[in-house]
Amino acid sequence: MKNPYRTQKIAFFLLFLATLLIVVPVGLIVVIIIQKGLPAINWQFLSDIPRQGMRAGGIFPAIVGTIYLVIGAIIFALPIGLLSAIYLSEYSKDNLLNRLIKLAIVNLAGVPSVVYGLFGLALFVIFFKFGASILSGSLTLGIMILPVIITTSREALESVPYSFREVSLSLGASKWQTIRHIVLPNAIPGILTGTILGLGRAAGETAPILFTVAAFYLPRLPNSIFDQAMALPYHLYVISTQVPNVDEKIRYGTAFVLLALVLFMNLVAIIIRYKFRKKKKW
Amino acid sequence: MVKFDIKDLNIWFGSIHALKQVSMEIQANEILSVIGPSNSGKTTFLRMLNRLNDLNQNFKMSGVIKLEQEDIKNINTELLRKKVGMVFALPLPLPLSIFDNVAYGVRMHGTKNKKVLGEIVEGSLQEAYLWEEVKDRLNESAFKLSGGQQQRLCIARTLAVQPEVILFDEPCSGLDPISTAKVEDAMVKLKQKYTIVLVTNNVKQAARVGDRTAFFLNGELIELDKTDKIFTAPQDKRTDGYIRGKFG
Repeated sequence: MKNPYRTQKIAFFLLFLATLLIVVPVGLIVVIIIQKGLPAINWQFLSDIPRQGMRAGGIFPAIVGTIYLVIGAIIFALPIGLLSAIYLSEYSKDNLLNRLIKLAIVNLAGVPSVVYGLFGLALFVIFFKFGASILSGSLTLGIMILPVIITTSREALESVPYSFREVSLSLGASKWQTIRHIVLPNAIPGILTGTILGLGRAAGETAPILFTVAAFYLPRLPNSIFDQAMALPYHLYVISTQVPNVDEKIRYGTAFVLLALVLFMNLVAIIIRYKFRKKKKW
Repeated sequence: MVKFDIKDLNIWFGSIHALKQVSMEIQANEILSVIGPSNSGKTTFLRMLNRLNDLNQNFKMSGVIKLEQEDIKNINTELLRKKVGMVFALPLPLPLSIFDNVAYGVRMHGTKNKKVLGEIVEGSLQEAYLWEEVKDRLNESAFKLSGGQQQRLCIARTLAVQPEVILFDEPCSGLDPISTAKVEDAMVKLKQKYTIVLVTNNVKQAARVGDRTAFFLNGELIELDKTDKIFTAPQDKRTDGYIRGKFG
């Protein structure tokens, strides 16, 4: 005889177990990185250049490089992503061309990051002759996070109730006024959240910057956007696999800084979303 | 004076023929009630007058609608909608303060002067019989008002852009009887200055406030006459059946 009550209990237990299994790796990663990385963190580690073939000193150039790359990627990706999201959500009609565009965006999100790296190498570094530079790297990262920004921005725009648009139009406001004064202000939290999640991804990726910007060892700060730069994920890869006898403390310290940077960005996204959600009036 | 002159109006949404061969005139400063069962084309008819139907991708029309002798196709859409305001079925405040809700349309039409805006907002709220209730809390969110207050706010917001015609799309469908009475009072007073087209599911409301009443069924205009006549001696037996509650 089947006992529906017991079946339900087993089902609940399995569902709970599956959920718990998601939390475990996240928790372990954070704990291990903190445990092994935190002792390395001090002012010198954060503010000094790498020394003795990256076996001592700090990671300051890598931190700065990563920040430059993230800023560059966002300067490029946010305007383009936002404008195309507005077009797709507010202006585009449901026809073949626009369905193809939407399909392209979905597929862009699925392209492996190393392919973006090769693409950036071919287009920006070689074809446009930007060389391995912050500019090439930022553009490559920007293209990589474009689908994230477009998709989340579109969702944010479309979540603004259609009735608000109708009301605004019925009062004689133009379509652009409606978008500018009603739709966009109410979509900003979603757009910001998507943007920051995109930034987190850009900060953490190694493959796209591998051929386009990352310097193996560059113990100074970049002078212009046409300079190469060190970046945290690539630096971590280098000291973990390419340089022998690097102290474990330094490797985990670098991982800690990278993780902290990405988690901090996600935290900011969560806070923004929470604040605006509380303010949301419908 | 004839405000709207409608000739042979047909409307399709895709393959659905929503309005069939409708011809009528709407007089200035009258309240025209539009009644009929759901899906009879009432709202479609209303949304034709300010071209809100145009937002639908599958919308097609034939025939002519003239606003004071001018084909509305030749009037700039924003200007037409400024002249022909609309109050929707549900109270739909914008996610702004009470003041900003009323000032929204005016601002969009280019008025920036704070003093002028203040005067328009006060005047419009008074015309909608809401001023006394909200004058001390103009900066609060419009969503804090009750349903009936929100609907009067929507009326004030429509009045603020100084329209000539106001379209009411079942404005009391979500309101309690007391709020309904207040909105109806406002409508009767408003007709001195404005032409009003009122779509309603409530036959009694049409009888209470309408000067003339139009009965729609399945996209056709069955009958249009003085409200008294429609309710006492309708010409068509379908009208009779509907107002007696035999169907609908």
